[in-house]
Amino acid sequence: MGARPGLHLHIDGDSVLHRLPAHAKVVGLLAFALTTVAVPAPGWWPLTVAMLTGCGLVALTGVAWRYVWPRLLIEVPFLLFAAVLPFVASGPRMALGPLQVSEVGLLSAWALAAKGTAAVLAATAFAVTTTPRDLVVGLQRLHVPDTLVGILSFMVRYAAVVGDEMRRMRIARESRGFRAASLRSWPTLGRTLGALFVRSFERGERVHVSMVSRGWTGTFPTFATATAGLVDWACAALPALLVALTAAWALAS
Amino acid sequence: MTTPVLDLRGVAYRYPGSHQALYGVDLHVHAGERVALLGPNGAGKTTLVLHLNGILRAGAGTVEVSGLPVTDAHLLEIRRRVGIVFQDPDDQLFMPTVRDDVAFGPANLGLRGPELDARVTEALTAVDVLGLADRAPHHLSFGQRRRVAIATVLAMEPDILVLDEPTSNLDPASRRELADILAALPVTLLMVTHDLPYAAQLCERSVILSDGVVAADGRTLDLLGDADLLRRHRLELPWGFAVPRAD
Ligand SMILES: Nc1ncnc2c1ncn2[C@@H]1O[C@H](COP(=O)(O)OP(=O)(O)O)[C@@H](O)[C@H]1O
Ligand SMILES: [Mg+2]
Repeated sequence: MGARPGLHLHIDGDSVLHRLPAHAKVVGLLAFALTTVAVPAPGWWPLTVAMLTGCGLVALTGVAWRYVWPRLLIEVPFLLFAAVLPFVASGPRMALGPLQVSEVGLLSAWALAAKGTAAVLAATAFAVTTTPRDLVVGLQRLHVPDTLVGILSFMVRYAAVVGDEMRRMRIARESRGFRAASLRSWPTLGRTLGALFVRSFERGERVHVSMVSRGWTGTFPTFATATAGLVDWACAALPALLVALTAAWALAS
Repeated sequence: MTTPVLDLRGVAYRYPGSHQALYGVDLHVHAGERVALLGPNGAGKTTLVLHLNGILRAGAGTVEVSGLPVTDAHLLEIRRRVGIVFQDPDDQLFMPTVRDDVAFGPANLGLRGPELDARVTEALTAVDVLGLADRAPHHLSFGQRRRVAIATVLAMEPDILVLDEPTSNLDPASRRELADILAALPVTLLMVTHDLPYAAQLCERSVILSDGVVAADGRTLDLLGDADLLRRHRLELPWGFAVPRAD
């Protein structure tokens, strides 16, 4: 289950990363991303290590690469931007094969692509090994405010329901000969959007009534999950630590 | 006479800034009874249901649940005693997994740990969906979601199970499976429906709510056999159906 890309990122498995408690993973991912972003230019070694670490994390998930590729597509716009940078940036030029490119641009492109790739790889490794449920419980454990956790968990739950409603309304529109072809169709689309909003609002009220009916008084019950021990936290910190140590070594030498 | 599980006297309600939905409803349901609440669309059935656990408060009249009046002081206990399963299971299932959703109610009542787990297992078993415990609600079929919705309420061990239009949107097979499950549940039942054969199958007694008042209250087969009564309240048996006469 859950192999539909986009909405359901998680893929079942039983790797170290699957078993690591979600809150440790959240903190580890955040630390890794921040450390990687903070690596000073040019950072050849630390960023290479960061990308390798990212690949290593994805490999650790045990999920087949053909499932991972589609999830990496999110990075394509950044890579395109990075590819253009050496040509449009100003400053002294240098020769790259037959081409004249900006030196600063080339360095920035390297940093952007490397940092982006490392972070996206790590985030993918996180996403495919963490169920929405574990993420929600993990955020609760990290004392993220209840309201935020609630909003996140409702988004996960109702994205499909609202998407379905949107699709039904489009089908109903088109079944009666409507085609969104010109500016003149915008008022109709606007009204549909309004109707969708009203429906979602009413849904929210009904969900609230059903929650209150089961004794809800304003705080979400937390359900016990695995607690993170010292080993878990150490594992979670490892990727960030690798990058930081390489960066320190590169700076020193 | 024992204290009725549900005791409604003269319940009237007007939606703020809108028209009067209930005009004085009297209804008593005793432990172990299975009662169908019949009525056409707009009769006020859902409005009445929302009075049973204090979501709406009667403008006039009183509601008591097993002797406890519905007031702010007893709200949590009232909501434990009256388990309402709403019409659209998507409104009722809002947690990331089926297990968490079923645990939501008992957890609000303060249960934790093994006791909570036992409640969840028991409720899921009662509606025959224990295998779905770790699934996400939006990955289930409509019939499965309906059953899980019932489990979320059973887990609170209510005195009375109230179902609002349980057969809406169910295909015939899911409808029959649900009937089998409901027939086997050892609970007091109030079932809101306009599915008359379903009422006949599951409920010995029926109450007709029409235009905000109780228009009839009696044995289901007697009410359904009275063609005039049904017609007056915009109720109809499906084409080709007839009620077997008792005598
Ligand atoms: N939130 C509301 N505000 C105003 N009027 C309402 C609201 N909900 C229902 N009504 C009205 O109250 C009447 C009874 O509705 P309802 O209890 O939903 O009927 P039923 O469930 O029997 O179909 C209907 O006329 C309906 O239009
Ligand atoms: Mg209704």
